[in-house]
Amino acid sequence: MRFGVVRFPGSCDEVDALLACRRFADAELLWHGDRDLGGVDVVVIPGGFSYGDYLRVGAIARFSPVMDAVSEFALAGGPVLGICNGFQVLCEAGLLPGALLPNAGRRFVFRQVEVEVVNADTPFTRSCTAGDVLSIPVKHGAGRYYAPEESLRELDAHGQIILRYRDGHNPNGSAREIAGVCNSDKNVMGLMPHPEHAVDPLTGPAGGACLFDSLVAHVGQLVAAA
Amino acid sequence: MKARVLIRPKEGILDPQGQAVERALPALGFEGVSGVKVGRMVELEVGDTDRVHEMCERLLANPLIEDYEVLVVE
Repeated sequence: MRFGVVRFPGSCDEVDALLACRRFADAELLWHGDRDLGGVDVVVIPGGFSYGDYLRVGAIARFSPVMDAVSEFALAGGPVLGICNGFQVLCEAGLLPGALLPNAGRRFVFRQVEVEVVNADTPFTRSCTAGDVLSIPVKHGAGRYYAPEESLRELDAHGQIILRYRDGHNPNGSAREIAGVCNSDKNVMGLMPHPEHAVDPLTGPAGGACLFDSLVAHVGQLVAAA
Repeated sequence: MKARVLIRPKEGILDPQGQAVERALPALGFEGVSGVKVGRMVELEVGDTDRVHEMCERLLANPLIEDYEVLVVE
């Protein structure tokens, strides 16, 4: 079982993501110019400021060569996890619904937040229980999740809202307190909090661990079934 | 030819930058200003302007959250 973490020019959390993945399975870095994913089982699009976040956050990264391979992988059912800037890239690429706008409070936010697991029946949360509260840090300037009202209703109805900020913890004005969503096939997820910074009890709450753990269990099950 | 693309947040979407500017103006004595929106402008030299709309749809703007207009300036 191997994670692949994509590094774009301007990524800054890819090493933490790589180290977090390695606590649970093998992991390697992929380069934005790669045209294939080297057979990895899960793709992680990490946080940072890909291509300087020029034009709009995530707008340029979606056109990098590796994103064609990531789209193909996702459309074939492969699990893809986008964290922070990775979430923004996946929205721009059309692999996730909605968009991330500048924070309602205009400021860059960096703090620990509590998020609630809304749907534990996904490859990303199967090691959790619905209602679990995870303590994970956020750090972003454009994390306000937006989708038209009708899409939000659909996301809610189809169990695509995976994580919500708890009362008083929404750091950016996201619609319906959304911290993490997935596509309708539930194999592509994006979230603004940084689970890769929350896997080691030495440095704080390890609320992010269950996402990596879930993905390992998911891939393990796929392999066993094959 | 030169084209200018003006991009602004869609109606109904909170524009914190616009709000900040709107609140700053009265401090300088500019009263009675409302509906301030801050967007961006992209200037392009192109052979012909036919494909600028497609550029907007695919890259320059995100139609989910932004409106745009294309002006041919010369």
